Parts: sequence; structure tokens; C-alpha cells
Amino acid sequence: MPVTEQLVLDAGDIERTIQRIALAIVEATRGADRVGLVGIRRGGVVLAERLAEAIGEARGGEPPPVGTVDIAFYRDDAATALPDPKVGPSDVPFEVDGRHVILVDDVLQTGRTVSAAIECLKDFGRPARIWLAVLCDRGGRELPIAADFVGRLVQVPPGSRLDVTFDARGGARAALSLPPPVSPAGTRGEDGARR
Amino acid sequence: MSGGFHHRHLLGVEGLTATDVLHLLDTAEAFFAVSRRPVRKVPTLRGKTVINLFYEASTRTRTSFELAGKRLSADVVNMSVAASSVKKGETLYDTCKTLEAMQPDVVVMRHGASGAPHFIASRLRCAVINAGDGMHEHPTQALLDAFTIRRAKGRLDGLTVAICGDVAHSRVARSDALLLRLFGCTVRVVAPRTLLPDGIESTGVEVYDRLEPALDGADVVMVLRIQRERLEGALLPSLREYARTFGLGPRQLAWAKPDAIVMHPGPMNRGVEIDTTVADGPKSVVLDQVEAGVAVRMAALYLLAGERRGEGDGVHEPASEG
Repeated sequence: MPVTEQLVLDAGDIERTIQRIALAIVEATRGADRVGLVGIRRGGVVLAERLAEAIGEARGGEPPPVGTVDIAFYRDDAATALPDPKVGPSDVPFEVDGRHVILVDDVLQTGRTVSAAIECLKDFGRPARIWLAVLCDRGGRELPIAADFVGRLVQVPPGSRLDVTFDARGGARAALSLPPPVSPAGTRGEDGARR
Repeated sequence: MSGGFHHRHLLGVEGLTATDVLHLLDTAEAFFAVSRRPVRKVPTLRGKTVINLFYEASTRTRTSFELAGKRLSADVVNMSVAASSVKKGETLYDTCKTLEAMQPDVVVMRHGASGAPHFIASRLRCAVINAGDGMHEHPTQALLDAFTIRRAKGRLDGLTVAICGDVAHSRVARSDALLLRLFGCTVRVVAPRTLLPDGIESTGVEVYDRLEPALDGADVVMVLRIQRERLEGALLPSLREYARTFGLGPRQLAWAKPDAIVMHPGPMNRGVEIDTTVADGPKSVVLDQVEAGVAVRMAALYLLAGERRGEGDGVHEPASEG
């Protein structure tokens, strides 16, 4: 069955969005002496690195340090879901205690991933403050979680998926995969129907 | 879902593919990192119950499994059963029934009889991990050895591994050899003929009765413990003679490759199968093995303790999602 794609953000849009979020982060953390970024595997990792570079340029200095967390071991359905096919290590190569840590993910939806990432981060230390930066907020929260820095609010039609990709050559895009037109009977595609 | 781990139990290396092993080792890498954090615990198996059922004395393996379970936030219960109370099948069967009633998610079993974990695995609804059965298998030991080798050598494929000592009584040697053969390693065993099982040549390992040619060009030297409690006098003239002809000292180690590593499953008999200077020397990775053990056992518990829901129910899509 054909799936139609609809571009939400192209590479230029994403680059400008990153610059804008970086400036907002610099502004918001002006008083903080130490800032670090932590990307949530896997979608947030590249974004966190790009954001760190942009923050470094905006401040005219070194980019802040970047770490990654894998939330596989912190999922609230970890004990009932199938184990992840591939679990990567969480790696936070800086002291978390007393630091302003910005969690970074590509898409915010239910908030469960972010909640798990906060739990994971707290096992590395006690940050002064945890912020949340996301490229896209597609709504559909199941937990009371809100992002401090949002690139774009995206309306996602039922049954569709929103994917953000960063390819190796630096091209980036966010696109909606729309299901085929709904038949009169109104049956929904099962793929990706998360809520 | 590709690349997952699709076994219900971990009863032996036999039955695992190279892909299964790599999946376990990669998962163990993530847990290895957890064990080096300030908070060495993740909430993954909260509410799950692991029973350590040990019919043979073992402090280190039991402790390693206990620590692995606790670092995953599972509830771990240790049941030590005195060997004398074992009345063969009937008691084991009753034990199964008793265990079943406690509703564990994983039973970790060590037993003196080969095949005992397989017996209970076929009668319990939960996952079973073999923590050593008789002279048969000890899969988590082989996995932690592989983990240690891969970390030290950067790979598993095509290495030359010499296993020295009491191969006949060693489930470790058997599981190690099976695993290493999956990766095309050359596996050599070296021991007095009395400590080599009959027909060992047919399993694809090379057999030596002298240390020097066995160690020549080896990447890994695995020294096995002389199991005094299993020898009962007849198989070796004396420990001193064994130490002189098969013990690993600095002079013998020089026959292996310059960057060779030395492994031992512990506990060591210093001065018998391994010289103190080698055991504590720069080539020894004995303590790395112990650390790897907890990570590998966490990976095994993690991969086996999850309830098996049907695949594709959408609960576990790795796609970007918040």
C-alpha cells in the first residue's frame, strides 16, 4: 500500500531551528556556570551534537560537553515489552552534579521517553536543573511533561508517523508518512497507530 | 524484529548461534557501563523475581548472579540445597513444583548432575539459566570469557586459544570451546592424557600433551583449576609434578604471543596450575573476567526475564517518539 510522504522541515529549516534553539538555550542558561547536553538515543544524539556546536558559536567559545542516554533499561514497560533489539550504552562524560543539563530529543509525543531519560540522568548525579529541547512536538502527551525549547509544533493526522532523519552527509529532514486515504469503512492502518 | 534474542532459556552454548552470542555481548556492554556509574542500578526488572537454586557450593557465581539481579532491581532469592538431600529425579521434580508455586520469572540453577537445568526447564513456566551442570556446560562463564577476550583483543574471530588443565572435568572448557568454535577460533587443549576426555579430538579442538607447542603463537591462554575435589587421587601422581609440567609460569607464558592474555575462571590454585607472578602479572585479565561476569549475567537476565508478548503489538517500536 502506498504511503505518501509530506515534508515538514527541510535541511535549511532544521539548521535555522537549531540556531534558534541554541540562542534560546544560551539566553535561558545565562546565569549557569556549567551547561551540558544529553541526547536521547537514538534520535536525539546527532541533534544534541549540532545544538552544542551552535551554542558554542553563539557564545563565542567552546561548545558545551555532550553525552547520550539509552532509556531501554528505564522504560516503564521494560519488564513486559520485548527486550530492545539493540541497546546502546548511556555515556555522560561530564559531572552531572550541580550542572544545567539539557535533554535533547528529536520528537516529543507521549513524554514517556523523556520521563525515562530523566530517571536515567538522575542516576548519574543531581543536576541543578534539567531542561528539555525537542525539534518537533507532535502532541499526544500521556504524562505531564512539557519541553522548554521547541523547534516546531507539528499536527500529525491519525495513523501517520513523524520521522526525523539526519544522514551522514549532514542533510536533515523531518517528514510525515501519511497512510493511504481512509476507506469509507474507516478502518485505520495499524502501523504506527500509537494513539 | 530482527537481531533479537529468541531463546526462552539459557541452558548451554550449544544451540546458540554466533548472532545470539554477539547480541548477548553487545547487551552486556551496556550493562558494563551501568556497573561503572555512581548509581550501579537500573529499574529494568523491578517487580521480577529471580531464584538462585544452587545444589553445589559456589560463592562467586552465585554472588555474581545475585549482584546482576539486584542491579536490575529484581528481587533475588538464594536457595542453597545441600547435595546430600538430593534424591535424584523425584526430589528435583518436587523442587520444581515448589518453585513453580513461588512464581519466579527466572531460575538460575547449578547442579552436580549434567542435564538437571534442562529437566527443570521443561517443567517450569519461567526462564531457566544454567549456572553449571555437572561436567556439561556453564554458558555464562563462556560468555563472560568471550566478553573479556573481545574487550582485550578487539575481536573474537580467528584467535588461537589454548585451554590448559583439567579439561575432562571442566564444563567451562566445554562451553568455552563450543563458543570459540562459533567464531572460527583455533581451540587447543593441553593436559595429561588422564585429564582429557575420550574422543575429544572429534569435537574440532587440537589436542596437545605438552605445554610448549600448545602455547606457541596463542593469543589467549586459559588456565583451568585443578579440581582437587574431583580428582580423588587416581588421575594425577602429584600436584607438584603437575605444577612442574603443566603449571603456567613466566617461562611458559613466553611461548605464547607477546600480547597474549591469561585467563582463569577462578578460584585459582596459586603455585599449582598458575604461578603467582603470572596470576598478578600485566597479562592477567582474571579480575576483568569477574567484572565481566556481572555485566554478562545482567544481559542474560534482562533478555530472558521479559514477558514474551506477541511481536508487532506496537508497544516497542524503536521509531522516533517522545
